[in-house]
Amino acid sequence: MSRRLSEGGRLIDREVPLGFLWNNRRLTGFRGDTLASALLANDQQLAGRSFKYHRPRGIVTAGPEEPNALVQLGHGASSEPNLRATTVELADGLRATSQNHWPSLEFDIGAATGYLAPLFAAGFYYKTFMWPRVAWKHVFEPLIRRSAGLGIPPTQPDPDHYEHYHAHVDVLVVGSGIAGLVAAGAAADAGARVLVLEQNPEFGGRAPVDGITVDGLAASEWIDDCVADLAWRDLVRVRNRTTVLGVYDHGYVFACEHRPRPNMDKSRADAPRQRLWRIRARQIVMATGAIERPLAFAGNDVPGVMLASAARDYAVNFGVGIGDRVVVVTNNDSAYLTATALAEAGIGIAGILDIRESPAGPALDRARAVGLDVRTGMSVASVFGRRQVLGVSATASNGDGARTERIVANAVVMSGGWSPSVHLWSHCGGKLAWDANRGCFLPDADRPPAGADGVGMVIPVGAANGTMDASGIPDEAVRAGREAARRAGHRGRRGRQSSASHPAQAEDAAESQPELAWMVPRQAKRSLRSRAFLDYQNDVKVTDIELAVREGFQSVEHAKRYTTLGMATDQGKLSNVNGIGILATSMGQEIAGVGTTTFRPPYTPLTLGAIAGEAHGPLFKPVRKTPMDGWHDDHGAHWEPVADWRRPYCYLRDGETVKAAINREILNTRRRVGLLDASTLGKILVSGPDSGRFLDMLYTGRMSTLRQGRCRYGLMCNENGFLIDDGVIARLGEETFLCHTTSGGSDRIHAWMEEWLQTEWWTWKVWTVNLTEQFVQVGIVGPEARTVMERLGNIDVSDEALRFMDHVDGELAGFPVRLFRISFSGELSYEIQLPAAAGLEFWTQALEAGADLGIQPYGTEALHVMRAEKGFIMIGDETDGTVTPQDLGLDWAVSRLKSDYLGKRAQARSYLNAPDRWRLVGLATEDPNAVLPDGAYATDGSRQQDGGKTMIGRVTSSYWSPTINRSIALGLVERGPDRMGEVIGFPVESGRTIRAKIVDPVFLGQDAGANA
Amino acid sequence: MLILTCPCCGAEADETELASGGEAHIQRQGPESTDAAFEAYLFQRKNPSGVHFERWRHAFGCGKWFHAARCTRTLEVFGTYTAQSLKPPKWILDRIRKRRPDWAGPLP
Repeated sequence: MSRRLSEGGRLIDREVPLGFLWNNRRLTGFRGDTLASALLANDQQLAGRSFKYHRPRGIVTAGPEEPNALVQLGHGASSEPNLRATTVELADGLRATSQNHWPSLEFDIGAATGYLAPLFAAGFYYKTFMWPRVAWKHVFEPLIRRSAGLGIPPTQPDPDHYEHYHAHVDVLVVGSGIAGLVAAGAAADAGARVLVLEQNPEFGGRAPVDGITVDGLAASEWIDDCVADLAWRDLVRVRNRTTVLGVYDHGYVFACEHRPRPNMDKSRADAPRQRLWRIRARQIVMATGAIERPLAFAGNDVPGVMLASAARDYAVNFGVGIGDRVVVVTNNDSAYLTATALAEAGIGIAGILDIRESPAGPALDRARAVGLDVRTGMSVASVFGRRQVLGVSATASNGDGARTERIVANAVVMSGGWSPSVHLWSHCGGKLAWDANRGCFLPDADRPPAGADGVGMVIPVGAANGTMDASGIPDEAVRAGREAARRAGHRGRRGRQSSASHPAQAEDAAESQPELAWMVPRQAKRSLRSRAFLDYQNDVKVTDIELAVREGFQSVEHAKRYTTLGMATDQGKLSNVNGIGILATSMGQEIAGVGTTTFRPPYTPLTLGAIAGEAHGPLFKPVRKTPMDGWHDDHGAHWEPVADWRRPYCYLRDGETVKAAINREILNTRRRVGLLDASTLGKILVSGPDSGRFLDMLYTGRMSTLRQGRCRYGLMCNENGFLIDDGVIARLGEETFLCHTTSGGSDRIHAWMEEWLQTEWWTWKVWTVNLTEQFVQVGIVGPEARTVMERLGNIDVSDEALRFMDHVDGELAGFPVRLFRISFSGELSYEIQLPAAAGLEFWTQALEAGADLGIQPYGTEALHVMRAEKGFIMIGDETDGTVTPQDLGLDWAVSRLKSDYLGKRAQARSYLNAPDRWRLVGLATEDPNAVLPDGAYATDGSRQQDGGKTMIGRVTSSYWSPTINRSIALGLVERGPDRMGEVIGFPVESGRTIRAKIVDPVFLGQDAGANA
Repeated sequence: MLILTCPCCGAEADETELASGGEAHIQRQGPESTDAAFEAYLFQRKNPSGVHFERWRHAFGCGKWFHAARCTRTLEVFGTYTAQSLKPPKWILDRIRKRRPDWAGPLP
């Protein structure tokens, strides 16, 4: 049956029906509906199942605070779980399914847990951890994992796109109710740049529904005028469908804009699905309104029990009646608005139960005037029905619920008072204070979240500030807007005064002073308290809080975590205050003494897509490429990431395996000649009168004595004495050095140099420039390298003219070059540095020059194998941030004579000189064909106290060497160099142990460098 | 997401432009230092709830290091000043004392 009223519904367009699917059932709503209003219009109150007990649950709110009606939207790749039906705008063809049930919403096996509720009481999870130990792993965890969980994440990549948008404003106004709009106008009048963000599609907040008039106009008319006026101004931007989610340090705010789309299952290529706003605001006006609280009574979670304000929203905004015999239960005046609104819409009111003994005021008078049955001092004792409301038992609100009277009804609306939405105040450190008169937590004006200047950066206004009566709002909001502008540096009154946004007065239809009762009836028996829900989504009942208190979890933070109160996806928007009320009552304390937990962002859940924005796929992290990258790609490059770069791991020929390609490249380089793109090497120019002194501090070796035209291998350590980088340093001039760094180290080492120059030795005259990308570097390596060099130009590359570790400037292939005779493979090797723009041309000329000599490019893996064959270390392989030069047998590169260098003091610490440190050795497997896994640990057969095997070393590099036709490995082994010839075991997978002999790390040609 | 004004280039820099460098005014200990002094230099850092002096680098801006004095509790920034200083300048200390009359924290 339809619950759509024959009239009313200010937000819907009855001319535009929209078809949608609910659990594969075809239903119809109107344009302007939310999914929730359309479901209610189709008499679909049952909307989901609760998390723990799988109890049937209905729509209880009309906003983002909805705990129950969580739905899965769409299907396939675009599917989105856990959306609140109350905030989903209805669209043609929308598909929504309910969650957390099996096999169906109407019949859910999991609901059996409801009968076991006593077993699943507060702290259930924690208790399962405790005892018996095996039960957690084999019984509880599988059970909980199967039954828990809400929606289902899509398994395919998201076809939609998302974007980030940056905004800088003087004043951010959150919320477009009367308070927000007036404050925005006042701030703009003072000359501030203002951004107004509204979470809903429509502006105005609750005012249009609650019968408020502004300057004699109905609220909705005044709001339309005011928004139009604000939108017209240069200084103001107004956006709807944009929820402010978090307030952070120094006015950083983020908000998510949802963009509706005509068809839920189609991605929109032309526009992002969601837009994450990243806002810097000097001041934030928090005009976020208030959220109505439920009342705790037995059966308050039966579908058909709803917040009074929500029932009013559905009637006024969407023309939907939630029932035809409605019981109203309240502790304040605002629910009377609902009673009269529903009555005016022709809905039968079965009675108003007001827990107050003698309430009075205009709202009551109006209700009585239209003939409604107001019964004071009464409350609901219990709700009949399981999947829908069948009626209630009414009882004296101060009693124990024993004497009752049955009222037949099919809906219950409740109001437990209002909780100001103070979340944004709390996100960045603002404190709250309990206001006993108004019955709510309010921003404590003396303890605001502060900005960089130490002044409060959030100004609460309107209902969010506890101003529940609209008549007080215009003046307060003007003050707030002006104050925000003033704090943002705008004292002027530029621009015109707008009458539209400066109303003289507003009139409210109801005042709202609640009489607090955290459980009704107040003396309720346990049988009632154990069915009175506080947190609907996490199934926390009044008795759960009481149990937590009995078991000692009395701090509000402990009680929250023990019971999971407020920890569901709605973050306790409805439940927190009621839960704290019960907690205080159970301990016989005042709420002010109990305090509240801290609200944390985000205000409502947001998608990972919105967080990622455009930063995914190739845009996630830009790849650095050398000028020869395209050539590599065209010639079979098998890529590997090296720091920010991509480098060819090897070059694959047709039909070749990676392994075969590596072996071919190694043998070709060792027997003929190879070509290496070494452009990724860091190249940092260090210049100035103090450059030698500076490099003596940075490197463990002495660099100031290096002669011009010569190169020296250098090691860099941090102040802990551990290796951080290595490379070849060339002295280019009296005051100028070129420092090579590892490929991954260029930016880091340049920053390291700058840090010491700027923060420690700032009087030293040294200038550093990172030239890494300005120059390419090409290695020509192998027995035929000299012939290739001679063909490329007229530089004398004879042993006499260019010795090992010499460098010279000259011209090759028509380009100015700097030529280094250095080697990382033990072969005769030249490295040519030249301007990046000439890199590709030089590369191809070198290939041509060596074509008849068998020249081939080789990749990083061949490079690695060849250096390991010679026992050369690699930063990041042999080092891991805990390895010293001495550990690697590199004492020869550490100066003992220098009075100081970075790491020297640390290397004198006792534990870095301990005899049992793990030190570098070669590892020759007994089976020459067995290649040790990288990172494998050696054990000595003994056990540690905790039962783990004692590890005595590990493999740091391991390869197949085609040159010597066996496996080779480097490793760090306890007292390694003292144990030459000893065989140690490396346990690997499936119980196997690979045995290897400790040998010298130099596998190839003990006369290292002789042929270089 | 702090905003700190780089005293070198003057930019009001967002935290994403900055790299933090821990406590400021740590005196380097060289080869002659005692074990205790060297250990303190490497590992011992203040972690006050309140006034703190920090090193920051305008990493994605002018690249310069600078110092900031701020309150770790309220995030109030008392000022930023050049990294080429052994101690906080007087004007920074004056400003801190004005804003935090009770401040008795040890000077760096």
